[in-house]
Amino acid sequence: MIPLEYYLVVASALFSLGLYGMLTRKNAVNVLMAIELIFNSANINLVAFSRFVTGDTEGQVFALFVIAIAACEAAVALAIVMSLYRITKGVSLEDASVLKG
Amino acid sequence: MEDLAPKIIFWVFAALMLGSALIVVAGKNLVRSAFALLATFFSVAAFYVMLGADFLAGAQVLVYVGGILTLILFGVMLTNRIYSLELNTPRFQVVPGALVSAAIFMILVTVVRVTPWKQASIVEEGPTTARIGQALMNQYVLPFEVASVLLLIALLGAAMLVRRRTDL
Repeated sequence: MIPLEYYLVVASALFSLGLYGMLTRKNAVNVLMAIELIFNSANINLVAFSRFVTGDTEGQVFALFVIAIAACEAAVALAIVMSLYRITKGVSLEDASVLKG
Repeated sequence: MEDLAPKIIFWVFAALMLGSALIVVAGKNLVRSAFALLATFFSVAAFYVMLGADFLAGAQVLVYVGGILTLILFGVMLTNRIYSLELNTPRFQVVPGALVSAAIFMILVTVVRVTPWKQASIVEEGPTTARIGQALMNQYVLPFEVASVLLLIALLGAAMLVRRRTDL
């Protein structure tokens, strides 16, 4: 049996990698991938707590909602990336200020 | 011996997850990053299986690998000139970003180590699909409906955002 702490440490490492990707990338699609990594690390934590701390499926239901919201977020974010690309011919987040107003 | 096998499986998938995540965030080629994300999502699904969340592992593969990763690949292919060698993505503030994320990792690991986690006395074993379905239809029926409305709104919003201006 793997203890709870191992899962939490691996999820923390995944979260930190996602944060690093968010901070160091200029490409909007790449930042989106880093956000998905962060979602996944949060979900690992939820499922691990549901397995070890409460012992029921409450955390899994929560993780299921996180997956559904992540799907919405990916669809809307890629639509924004598409309109950014149509206007600026690029997906650099430095040019994203043209989308306002 | 039977105690060793879960540990090996755990560390193999943890290494696969973190290694492919490193390619996602630090790789130079955007298409390679997108395919490394596939390995990350599959390793997360393997973690769900190890944690006894069989339905969630299936949902992870269906939604993330089947849906979100396909969307991201569409995004990569549509917004980059795939046949030119322009796919190398610029990076900036690498050292501050690495410092901040390393510091947050250290804080998180310290919190995990010093917190006395409560352990469940009874762990419900077995398939989870029926229990999740009952929870969604009884206890969480309002969030379930709100999530379905949110999915509809997101679909409409995405279609509105990418329509041509002449279609108004």
